[in-house]
Amino acid sequence: MELDETMAYAREMRKKILDVSYSCGKSVHIGGALSMVDILATLYSAVLRLDSENPKWAERDRFILSKGHGALAYYSALLLRGYISEDVFASFQSNGSDLTTHPVLNMPMGIESSNGSLGQGLSMAVGIAISGKARSQDYKVYVMLGDGECNEGSVWEAAMSAANFELDNLIAIVDKNNFQNDGSVATVMEPGDFLKKWDSFGWNAISVDGHDVAAVHCALTSKNIIAKPKVVIANTVKGKGCWFMENKAEWHHNRLTKSQYEMALEQLNSVHA
Amino acid sequence: MLEINPTNARLWARMGSRAMYGQAILDLAAARAKDLMIVSADLGRSSGLGRFIELYPQNFRNVGISEQNMIGVAAGMAKEGFVVFASSFAPFIGMRASEQIRMNMGYMNMNVKAVALGSGVAMGFLGNSHYGLEDVAVMRSIANMTVICPADCSEILKTVRAAAEFDGPVYIRLTGDANASFVYEEDYDFQIGKAVILRKGSDLSIITNGTMVYESLEAAKLLNEERISSTVINLHTIKPLDHAALNEVIANSKLIVTVEEHSIVGGLGSAVAEYKTTFAKAPPQLLLGLPDRFDIIGDHRYLLNYHGLTGPKLAETIGAEYRRQGN
Repeated sequence: MELDETMAYAREMRKKILDVSYSCGKSVHIGGALSMVDILATLYSAVLRLDSENPKWAERDRFILSKGHGALAYYSALLLRGYISEDVFASFQSNGSDLTTHPVLNMPMGIESSNGSLGQGLSMAVGIAISGKARSQDYKVYVMLGDGECNEGSVWEAAMSAANFELDNLIAIVDKNNFQNDGSVATVMEPGDFLKKWDSFGWNAISVDGHDVAAVHCALTSKNIIAKPKVVIANTVKGKGCWFMENKAEWHHNRLTKSQYEMALEQLNSVHA
Repeated sequence: MLEINPTNARLWARMGSRAMYGQAILDLAAARAKDLMIVSADLGRSSGLGRFIELYPQNFRNVGISEQNMIGVAAGMAKEGFVVFASSFAPFIGMRASEQIRMNMGYMNMNVKAVALGSGVAMGFLGNSHYGLEDVAVMRSIANMTVICPADCSEILKTVRAAAEFDGPVYIRLTGDANASFVYEEDYDFQIGKAVILRKGSDLSIITNGTMVYESLEAAKLLNEERISSTVINLHTIKPLDHAALNEVIANSKLIVTVEEHSIVGGLGSAVAEYKTTFAKAPPQLLLGLPDRFDIIGDHRYLLNYHGLTGPKLAETIGAEYRRQGN
């Protein structure tokens, strides 16, 4: 794996997220987008088997963004991978745009499903993974959830079924940024020990630093235990990369001012230069 | 391939709608096992799928008691090109999983057929928790959905075949218990979205579906003895509505009657009424169905009688309304 390439991909994603967050002039789900950038950068630069020229390629790996409010990160990854044009990306959250706050199924743009209603993506991923096995196809199915999203009971229905169907072609990632809409997960709905929870549901559960792209890459690509789905609990920081956003609940959904945008860019350029 | 004939029609009516669903799926699997997936939420055998599960284990997945997950899993399979049928009791699939249906089948337009077992009051002594009173109202309000309520077991067979051929999401609402009545005993032309005129009359028109088709035909016979001539239309597809068929009866009837084994709020009667309001001049409508309340329990026949939804009781109510209108 080209570590530098993935880090550069992540830096460019953050830049694109900041640009469009500012230029759209509206409140955006930026905190939970920035927390998952390094994971998506790893997936899209070094893990997923994809061909942007052939978005319906039967052999492609499937990625489902179950935490639909992370769309800004998703769109920026798809932009850099050649699925979405600069013009379309710049239309984010503008009237009539294809790029809504939550993704809408659009295969030419590499968007595999419509999300936004939490707790649904894992079920679809289970159905896709069952199909791959039923047809002896060797694609893998990746699905990204939020830690707040795991409040939804349907997540655990799906988790139970993934283990039951022995889906070792399924890899879930929980972006554990410790915040949800109303505040920290500890104050809203304490999730307990995620590793133990997923493990007890029959998954191979791995915990990593979600901003260490080498560790993320290793966790995502390590061979699945036979007959077990894998979950990567990615410990992340909400708003990662912007000092004034990090671990601040108000940046779950907020609007960037000009001075904040400039501060954020300055930090991005200095830290990662 | 199963054939609709008088012998089978009698046999299937005895088996009832749930067993017939399983038969229809077994029949379908013989033709297209390659791209067929059947999903159940721990009601495989209650869906009449026992034999299918034995013969086609590779085409069946049981997701356990998780209807929300079932719809998402079904959508994932549909996304990969399978034709997927997912079934559960009406309130559990049509309402508990309604938001999953909205996202996966509505918003994403996935080729999933959601099959509601024992809708209406067919679940008898299991009570209102298991009755399908409001499912049509919920399902038909979701964009992209096609909603079908077959009249009898032969029409269940026709519906399953047509839904499998149709590329898009469908809600199939099964009504009626075992030892049921039947309408069809010969093969006929069934098309999604195209109502079937079963009887032509000149005074009033009864628009109905599901178990109420048989009862409405019985009512029409009784009304005829009172010299009230009725058209009976099997509006098996509630969405999309067959406007051409409705135009005809709106223009040529003194009274429109809708009869459904569903709450009078939001179902077939409402769908017809919504369309009828677009006409400057249209006949009045009598909406018959289940009341807007959680009522007593009992076996299917008992409840139909209690709610006035049997042929003789319908004839009485419809005849009285027809005369009350000054006809």
